[in-house]
Amino acid sequence: MNLYELTVHELIEKLDNKEITPEEITRSYIDRINEKEKDIKAFVTITEKDAIEKSKNIDRKISKFAGIPIGIKDNICTKGVRTTCSSKMLENFISPYDATVMDKINAQNMITLGKLNMDEFAMGASTEYSYFGATKNPWNLNKVPGGSSGGSAAAVAADMVPWALSSDTGGSVRQPAALCGVVGLKPTYGLVSRYGLVAFASSLDQIGPITKDVEDCANLLNIIAGYDNKDSTSAKLPQKDYTKNLKNGVKGLKIGVPKEFFGEGINEEVKEKIKNTIELYKELGAEVEECSLDIADEALAVYYIIACAEASSNLGRFDGIRYGYRAKNFENLDELFINSRSEGFGAEVKRRIILGTYVLSSGYYDAYYKKAQKVRTFIKQEFEKLFKKYDVLITPTSPTVAYDIGTRSTNPLEMYLADLCTVSVNIVGLPGISIPCGVDKNGLPIGMQIIGKSFGEETILKVAYLAEQKLEFRNKYKPEYK
Amino acid sequence: MDIKKEEILHIAKLASLKIKEEEIEEYRKNLQDILEFANIINSVDTEYLEETNGTSTNINFLREDEVNNFKDTDQLMKNAPEQENNMFKIPKVIN
Repeated sequence: MNLYELTVHELIEKLDNKEITPEEITRSYIDRINEKEKDIKAFVTITEKDAIEKSKNIDRKISKFAGIPIGIKDNICTKGVRTTCSSKMLENFISPYDATVMDKINAQNMITLGKLNMDEFAMGASTEYSYFGATKNPWNLNKVPGGSSGGSAAAVAADMVPWALSSDTGGSVRQPAALCGVVGLKPTYGLVSRYGLVAFASSLDQIGPITKDVEDCANLLNIIAGYDNKDSTSAKLPQKDYTKNLKNGVKGLKIGVPKEFFGEGINEEVKEKIKNTIELYKELGAEVEECSLDIADEALAVYYIIACAEASSNLGRFDGIRYGYRAKNFENLDELFINSRSEGFGAEVKRRIILGTYVLSSGYYDAYYKKAQKVRTFIKQEFEKLFKKYDVLITPTSPTVAYDIGTRSTNPLEMYLADLCTVSVNIVGLPGISIPCGVDKNGLPIGMQIIGKSFGEETILKVAYLAEQKLEFRNKYKPEYK
Repeated sequence: MDIKKEEILHIAKLASLKIKEEEIEEYRKNLQDILEFANIINSVDTEYLEETNGTSTNINFLREDEVNNFKDTDQLMKNAPEQENNMFKIPKVIN
């Protein structure tokens, strides 16, 4: 077996037994990247030289993760390595500081393999909106990998990185994880510091892991979770070990299954595979009940109003003066702003800035933005009602499996529907995890989403772990690169 | 609901964006489609509901008011599209 095929916890076992060295692991991944990158296009920047150099001098006494490689989504600031957000605007931007999550990764003495492709400024659900070109789905190279963290999910699925750090504003970790057959977690809002994550929608953004299995997911969450005084939304909570309760099972656990998430618009095979997994939980002692959560369409509307409003404000900082793209031609300061922004941003980013500016503009603020924030309260209350009764909720992660590249990128509204099952979780700030639970008749992965209570990561991880052990997805199915 | 071309141009101006003449119709139609879909929020009765701004549980996030100078100004300035004497260079704004 090749080293790059192993999970991180398997690599650590081999390192501890002195069967392998960090340099061998890193070289195995670099060779794999060089073999697969031309087909997958998962990376914006590959840090091959630095990675190999660093891997030669790893002190394994520093941490059990010392010498383990990782891939980073290209909207997380890495000192000295460019952070582009897959945008022309930041094509040459080199952050002068590390994001807090990078400080934590570096403190473990881990090895960064490079920066991963995404939809420009994380706006998209297919990675087709990257300035550097679309990433391909390893399971079928004509299909999208999902998005916005498509580079991260594809790289993990294709064994080009053992795991990755990404961001999730409306499903950007979970949805690509589902489409690529890997594990993706969006933690509770406030659990992971966002200092150094390029802001998209600040009341929704959260950093999360994309991994090969649930144990690795818990391990990476252990590394990145925790209070940070540089992020004022960061939660002050005692540190937990998220691997501790993984094997505790689901006996007596109450699972709610919102029927509206299994209705029209959800692919039949997706429904079937998830229902089979829910049956499995029943057999294993969980109490499963159908329930009602009739908010999916409203949540999607609220999401696009609030996310675009916040984005239009956050992206106001790109003015061509302190950093980022500056237009070549301008007569005065106003033209410098306008031309730099108009040339530096791609079409989807501009579309969202325009929507966001519209809903915040005088005359429409009350009808759209203020109304959406009130509906956000309604959605929160609906979730609170359900979580008085249930420990977790189970839904599909994505309404469909991976679709053909080019088929939705020209119709924004259709693209937005890809986020139908995931956005409500961001709106209410709860944790959600996507795990693969089977493939459709064409061999494309299907993702199941488990939603937990606020800071209930331990519970959703344990629910995810059990299904993973029973379904043995990784043993049964492999990407085909066809 | 009908979004007019003039509205798109007004919004673009507020956002410091220039939209090419041939692209205005596409942006107009996209915005209209999305807003039509978004009108579904009006089906929720929100008369007695407060607004939710975010989901952080932190209230009054206070800390000591300490000066903490960023040291690596060279790296900061390297990102500037144009600079002179360690200052950002912009076109003349006063005549």
